[in-house]
Amino acid sequence: MTSRKIEVLVGLFVALAIAAFMLLSLKVANSGMAGSGETYMLYAKFENIGGLKVRSPIKVGGVVVGRVRSINLDTEEYSPVVAMEIDSQYNNFPETSSVAILTSGLLGEQYLGLQPGFVDETVSILKSGDYVEDTKSAIVLEELIGQFLFNRGSN
Amino acid sequence: MSDILVDIQHLTFKRGDRVIYDDMSMQFQRGKVTAIMGPSGIGKTTLLRLIGGQLKPEQGKILINGQDIPQLNRKDLYKARQKMSMLFQSGAMFSDMSVYDNVAFPIREHTRLPEDIIRLMVLMKLEAVGLRGARDLMPAELSGGMARRAALARAIALDPQLIMYDEPFAGQDPISMGVIVRLIRSLNNALGLTSVVVSHDVNEVMSIADYVYVVAEQKVIGQGTPEELRAHPSALVQQFLQGESDGPVPFHFKAASYSTELMELAK
Amino acid sequence: MIVDKLQQLGQKSIAKIQGMGRATVMLFGALVAWPTPRKSFPLLLKQLYVVGVLSLLIILVSGLFIGMVLALQGYTVLSKFGAEQMLGPLVALSLLRELGPVVTALLFAGRAGSALTAEIGLMKATEQLSGMEMMAVDPLRRIIAPRFWAGVISMPLLAMIFTAVGILGGHLVGVDWLGVDSGGYWSAMQANVDFQQDIMNGVIKSAVFALIVTWIALHKGFDAVPTSEGISQATTQTVVTSSLAVLGFDFILTAVMFGG
Repeated sequence: MTSRKIEVLVGLFVALAIAAFMLLSLKVANSGMAGSGETYMLYAKFENIGGLKVRSPIKVGGVVVGRVRSINLDTEEYSPVVAMEIDSQYNNFPETSSVAILTSGLLGEQYLGLQPGFVDETVSILKSGDYVEDTKSAIVLEELIGQFLFNRGSN
Repeated sequence: MSDILVDIQHLTFKRGDRVIYDDMSMQFQRGKVTAIMGPSGIGKTTLLRLIGGQLKPEQGKILINGQDIPQLNRKDLYKARQKMSMLFQSGAMFSDMSVYDNVAFPIREHTRLPEDIIRLMVLMKLEAVGLRGARDLMPAELSGGMARRAALARAIALDPQLIMYDEPFAGQDPISMGVIVRLIRSLNNALGLTSVVVSHDVNEVMSIADYVYVVAEQKVIGQGTPEELRAHPSALVQQFLQGESDGPVPFHFKAASYSTELMELAK
Repeated sequence: MIVDKLQQLGQKSIAKIQGMGRATVMLFGALVAWPTPRKSFPLLLKQLYVVGVLSLLIILVSGLFIGMVLALQGYTVLSKFGAEQMLGPLVALSLLRELGPVVTALLFAGRAGSALTAEIGLMKATEQLSGMEMMAVDPLRRIIAPRFWAGVISMPLLAMIFTAVGILGGHLVGVDWLGVDSGGYWSAMQANVDFQQDIMNGVIKSAVFALIVTWIALHKGFDAVPTSEGISQATTQTVVTSSLAVLGFDFILTAVMFGG
């Protein structure tokens, strides 16, 4: 009933659409993270997170190793707690590691820079659910200017 | 009187506020050709749609084999429709299929017969209407008369009990008119069909019908065999049969008096 | 005077709501009780060809040109800020989030939607739908349903093809002509495009548009006044109504997806 030509062309159409989808998801989007799926959680407490957002990247030496899962406010200390979702292939950060909120370029987005610490017998490896103790908050431009003016004034 | 296939009782149908039929009754005998005649615009096609269950009447019963069509649920209505067929004025051939596929359409839809049997059936029906040679043409390539014959082949594809013709003679040249007259009569006799012909072509209808209803002014104004009708006392029936331009149905559309309107202009 | 105007408004609103009601009844009738795959799959396949494959050329060409124009326009602005490396994300995000789904829907309404309306209107005018009903075949299931599914399946696929071709077109102009670094084009894109947020939301958008456009097109055809004038009016209405509906729903969807 339906001719062979129609079937072939519809098949071609669908194949083209699949190819387009592959191009979009593999080449255009950052599906490196979405693909593997296996992750573990680390937490960090900051004084000020500045412009950090959910899904901001977490980088070690510029390489993305994970993303910010959520940002909550600790109701006892009123300091923000950042939940970090890290690819489980990077699972041996020592507890001496530190995280800092950094900015890519002058006007760019903010991201979390994870700095692995030293390792010896007394230092254990961070497990899922652990807190990273050593944190550096975001630099807020207004505070920076305020400090600068204050320092000038005291000199 | 058990030989009645379609029994219409006290049918009332309105379209908006306009009354189309008012308390009308008719009976169609099994195996006979029954004709319904009347001036244009009285809703003859509407009657066929009512019988087919496409429209629902205000009041009254339409019994086919004892089943009241307007009361049927969807499933039973579709079952009842498999036993009837309708030949539309335009033919209503599916324009994206060849003549062969058009005729095969109802068979393929309602049965699970293998293709070679379908082929036999289709060729048989096409042979009956004389279009076996045109099976690979598309409907657009057919002339009006041929399209109507092809549609007729499709209508009888599943051997229905009842076949309804909507204006089968309208807009046909004398030759194809003759062909269709012959087909209606011979199919009716050969297949044992019950035929209902809706038309205003007096001569053709009188030549093939076994029984004729003349419908005007929302009701049946005359009925009988063609001979009985020719001797009918009603002036309206006579005007219609003779094709006189003036009579009970006036030549002029309802209007104010001509002289008054002329005088108004002069003022 | 005012009462007259109010009456007119009331009449129009009632007619609109009745139309929507008829459209819903039509869709419901078409989608309830999907018949056997033996019969419906060939029908769907044929409509996928008519609706999808035949729209492919216009989608490919417009996608390519829109991507090229975006790159050209974006480059002139971005180069003022020395931010040429952001060309990739600019092209990709505008296409993925907005232009891909929206322009595809508009082109689809013009190409396939109007054709669907005209085809069904013509079938109605030539009594093919009535004839089918009298043959105890439900035209809603035989005619409307396969066309509906074909539209709903085709358009997201077309939107994806449109977007992909647009991004390649942007590459053609940005990288091969204007000299943006090819690695930068792709990597900046990867850093800024998110699978869930951008690609899936774009797909959801185009699925919603597909539903709207196909539904409107089928309803206008099915509800058309069965004369040549009525069909031409219905065809125009399909394009106008579905374009407006697409733009309106685009705002709502964008506000829900990216606004908060």
